[in-house]
Amino acid sequence: MTETTGEPNSGSAVPDGAGAQEPADRPLVELRDLRVHFPIKRGVLLDRTVGWVYAVDGVSLRIDRGSTYGLVGESGCGKSTLGKTVLRLEKPSSGSIVLDGTDMSRVSGEPLRRMRRRMQMVFQDTLSSLDPRQSVESLLVEGLRAHGMDEGRGRTERRLRELLSAVGLPASALRRYPHEFSGGQRQRVGIARALAVEPELVVADEPVSALDVSVQAQVLNVLRDLQDEYGLTYLVIAHDLAVVRHVADRVGVMYLGGLVEEADSDELYERPLHPYTRALLSAVPVPDPEVEDSRERILLSGDLPSPADPPAGCPFQTRCPWRQPGVCDVERPEPRELGEGHRVACHYAESIRDGALPGGSAGTVE
Amino acid sequence: MALLQVRDLSVRFVRKQEPTVSAVDGVSFDVQAGRTVGLVGESGCGKSVTSLAIMGLLPGRGTEVSGSVRLDGDELLRLPRRELDRRRGRDMSMVFQDPLTSLNPVVPIGVQISEVMERHRGMSRRVARGEAAKLLERVGIPDPGRRLKEYSHQLSGGMRQRALIAMALACEPRVLVADEPTTALDVTIQAQILNLLRELVAETGTALIMITHDLGVVAGTCDEVNVLYAGRIVESAERHELFAGPRHPYTAGLMASVPRLDTPRGNRLAPISGSVEDNIPWEDGCAFSPRCSRALPRCSERTPEIEPIEAGRWLRCHNPIEEHARNTERPHD
Repeated sequence: MTETTGEPNSGSAVPDGAGAQEPADRPLVELRDLRVHFPIKRGVLLDRTVGWVYAVDGVSLRIDRGSTYGLVGESGCGKSTLGKTVLRLEKPSSGSIVLDGTDMSRVSGEPLRRMRRRMQMVFQDTLSSLDPRQSVESLLVEGLRAHGMDEGRGRTERRLRELLSAVGLPASALRRYPHEFSGGQRQRVGIARALAVEPELVVADEPVSALDVSVQAQVLNVLRDLQDEYGLTYLVIAHDLAVVRHVADRVGVMYLGGLVEEADSDELYERPLHPYTRALLSAVPVPDPEVEDSRERILLSGDLPSPADPPAGCPFQTRCPWRQPGVCDVERPEPRELGEGHRVACHYAESIRDGALPGGSAGTVE
Repeated sequence: MALLQVRDLSVRFVRKQEPTVSAVDGVSFDVQAGRTVGLVGESGCGKSVTSLAIMGLLPGRGTEVSGSVRLDGDELLRLPRRELDRRRGRDMSMVFQDPLTSLNPVVPIGVQISEVMERHRGMSRRVARGEAAKLLERVGIPDPGRRLKEYSHQLSGGMRQRALIAMALACEPRVLVADEPTTALDVTIQAQILNLLRELVAETGTALIMITHDLGVVAGTCDEVNVLYAGRIVESAERHELFAGPRHPYTAGLMASVPRLDTPRGNRLAPISGSVEDNIPWEDGCAFSPRCSRALPRCSERTPEIEPIEAGRWLRCHNPIEEHARNTERPHD
């Protein structure tokens, strides 16, 4: 399908400038103790800061080249803020974001703008993230121009056709406007736009949640094919655990600004250790009545606490069925490694796994 | 006889200078007391319009509703306005997807709930207020006394949906229509709300019409399932039967296109090709045929009728998935 023109850098992962001899095992993205706090302002004249929203509060993770990292969590857990901060669309309060050896948290101005070519975003709402007055051609060319990649009419046109065919749209789409497409097609345009500048990292924030299920599958398949073809690295942010399991190699579960559990996808879904992950997994409806009738659910009581006023100790302690007074409400658990690459931030992960801790059953219903 | 009988329900939107849109086209189903019936389909399939037509909530102007909706034998579609007002909220009520726009932002929650009981059950304000507190407690809102005085923006999404359910339950309706009641909620909250609805149906014998696009929600809550496509029911079956072996290619396609937690990871999904914009009008044949992997020439020539294929199971398809092959059948990529 894709034109094989023999051009040197059609969608490659070769970074510009920086050098091609970086160590192979270095992750593309590394976050170290990343924090993003938003001030809560009050007052008209004085504009005092009366508190902070701890949107992202100490997240460390690595994303390997060519892999997909899935970030799951419920609304308000900070996953979208984290995604935006990785792209430096939000400024981190502290900690570092290392993209291929460069600490992005310290870059600004023109160097930052140049780095932006290497990381792109796919948004949830295609209707508001694509300018309704721009044709698809103009949407796609804009990024190329901004990064000086527009190399004459002939080559650019060829590049655009190649992009459209890669996302499964006809070449006639170039002259059309966003409103002329269905939701699924629009998301393909959004993906093509992100890929136009040959990024290495693509952050996709809820890429399919606005789409109908039959169309979701089409878009998920496109994302996978593109990754295989161009060796892309994805950070996929979603609330749908089944979608994340389907696309991600490694999964991080966020709760109230922090990563409570992280593991390779198969490991996480087969052996979830954190009570929150267990509750989440048990709550996802499965399209099979036999499973639905017989499964055990861990019903959590109450809602997510406010990220402006997180509870003391473990952030999950207010809803945890296994909460141990005197420990969980006092000390915040640090992520610990339990098994190969499986990190959990829970004081009692082992006891809960082995069923040695009373509780849990209180919130469990058949 | 079924508590609620929907027969040949059709809704057409008539616009000046624009072609008439047939949103719902000859939909029939029954709902028994204490049972949950699902209406499933993707956006634009007519599931919400069906529910609004049942509730008599469609605008009069520009809308043509035909067919019959009988509650306990009484025809609802031709009820005079006053009579409809008397029954709506008392005999039947509705829970919407978006609780923030369904609740009045400038009236405390408690007033909104007790209003229903003052109106339909003739309670005094004081008694109704007490009942409202009990209802909030019933739907799992902690500290109901305080919450009654609060406004909708002070509640979390899950609590708002609970308040809405409490309002819908205020008169112990015989039919409850829930239109995507958990779509706007997080999964842990969704699990709480679905659990609550299941309990209510079991305890009060309310008939529940569940409208959703989520097959997982259907599998966990509905007794019978109607699958809608382009305004018509294409397959209807008891829940276990349907999930064990979908016979309509659209139903099978829906099931194959969702990633699931209980199947091996890494399999390529099998999406349904195209989108609803490829549909042909039902008058010309099967609306789904341009997207269908099993389409035959006659699918675009003759309209398939809905026919019973076994007890409690209906199908509208010229070339259904065979019963013996149904477990291995997968739509094309």
